[in-house]
Amino acid sequence: MSTIAATIAGRAKAAAATRSALSRGGVLALVLAALWGLWEGYRWLWIATGWGWPFAVDDITMPHLHAIVAQLFEPSRTGGPLLISVLFHSAVFTAKEAVVGFAVGASVGFLLGVAISQFRVLQRGLMPYVVASQTIPILAIAPMVVVGLGNMQVAGWTPAPWLRVAVIAAYLTFFPVTVNTIRGLQSADPRALELMHSYAAGRWAVLWKLRVPSAMPYLFSAFKVSATASVVGAIIGEAPSSIPDGLGGAIINFNQYYALAPESLWATNLVAAALGITFFLVALGVERVAVRRAPEHLA
Amino acid sequence: MSDSVVSISGLSKTFAKADITALDDISLEIGQREFVSLIGPSGCGKSTLLRAVGDIVEPTAGSVEVNGKPARRARLDGDYGIVFQAPVLYDWRTVAKNIALPLEMLGWDRARRVARVKEMVELVDLAGFEDHHPWQLSGGMQQRVSIARAFSFSPALLLMDEPFGALDEMTRERLNLELLRLWLETESTVIFVTHSISEAVFLSTRVVVMSARPGRVSAIVPIDLPQPRMAATREEARFFELVTEVREALHAGGADLA
Repeated sequence: MSTIAATIAGRAKAAAATRSALSRGGVLALVLAALWGLWEGYRWLWIATGWGWPFAVDDITMPHLHAIVAQLFEPSRTGGPLLISVLFHSAVFTAKEAVVGFAVGASVGFLLGVAISQFRVLQRGLMPYVVASQTIPILAIAPMVVVGLGNMQVAGWTPAPWLRVAVIAAYLTFFPVTVNTIRGLQSADPRALELMHSYAAGRWAVLWKLRVPSAMPYLFSAFKVSATASVVGAIIGEAPSSIPDGLGGAIINFNQYYALAPESLWATNLVAAALGITFFLVALGVERVAVRRAPEHLA
Repeated sequence: MSDSVVSISGLSKTFAKADITALDDISLEIGQREFVSLIGPSGCGKSTLLRAVGDIVEPTAGSVEVNGKPARRARLDGDYGIVFQAPVLYDWRTVAKNIALPLEMLGWDRARRVARVKEMVELVDLAGFEDHHPWQLSGGMQQRVSIARAFSFSPALLLMDEPFGALDEMTRERLNLELLRLWLETESTVIFVTHSISEAVFLSTRVVVMSARPGRVSAIVPIDLPQPRMAATREEARFFELVTEVREALHAGGADLA
């Protein structure tokens, strides 16, 4: 009896899982269909009425979506590999820069947040500069950093171009992590702090056993923002230094040929978006595994 | 007194910012293996008194000694365990790891921790739930974890701040019995803050009745109900007499029990 019951229960569970996967897939299909409808509808309306504001719509400014997707499976140049294969390799190159940039930026951001929250002097002394760093347009400092670091030599070693781009990705990554680290470390339950006080816990024990674990949901909120920002940073970092191997290089390149093949640039944008989404999903996945919290405390 | 676990003399506490005299000239001796309840209206400073004993708030005047040492020394030596109204468990730790927290802080090695956690889990009837996370447990079970954590390192003194205040009546009565069993088995001393007259009478060897604004001790009622106490104790005539006595002391102290 009990095995039958277990089997039935198991089947019900599997059926429920299938249903939820189906409904999620359905929602995704609906969203994609709606986006397609918006794009094509806008296009049709503007062409049909001849509206010129904010810009005149034709096959150059807004190619058909199916043309953009189809372009991915055309050769990138006569006799060359398919565009999607070229863009895949560019995406891998950019991803390498973004991953390293994210790792460095998240570590620096976290340590900075810990330092600022632990030493009150730093809050006044350092925080204004941390905020100011984010008000400088990334487009203005990217060439200085990427080109400038290329002229640097440390014991005969010059950082490779992709490493210099990673610095830009790190620059965009660290700020959300710092802000959320400070906020998260302060989020510890005051009674839990009293409890640690009753154990005569020192500052570092309170930090590692209570404050940092309390900050984890905040940290992962920051990681999710930073993961996509690191991809943007890597792409922007490639552009001014004319590094041709990544998505930034591809964007510059296809931009020059936009009048001839606008679909290639749009297709590159699609791949860049997919890379950003992938980064976000990885951060989300790690959060699901690493942060053991009541479900309502997970965003 | 040398056999006192807690010795409070001339203790006052004012919160300057709010201009409130939370405690005014409190003196109290608590002996070994006593179970002392602090009861009184809101704002009588009973929680503040408990926190002063635990060196969580600093008194404005007077002194607190625990085990013959200043309260601060006693806290640094790990002389007391504390239980709050909320369980205050760490969400990211399992039940077993939550109970082991003070043991980690005291530097116990792993084998000793595991052995003690196993003991405690059985003592509070949570066997089988060691690997659960707090949010997977009911409120009563969470509070049992919190109690196991406080008792885990065998402190001589337990400070309990309305530990069952947020629980339903049935759970509360069951946990009252479990707490008494733990208290008898561990031969510890308990200071217990509560709002409930019947809970105070049922648990305690002595009930300290406090009055508000300023917080003062208005009466001390010794509870002579025999040990061990059982569910039937609540139905004895003597129990009701003592409940009445505490209630009247509260009224005399100016508590509005409407």
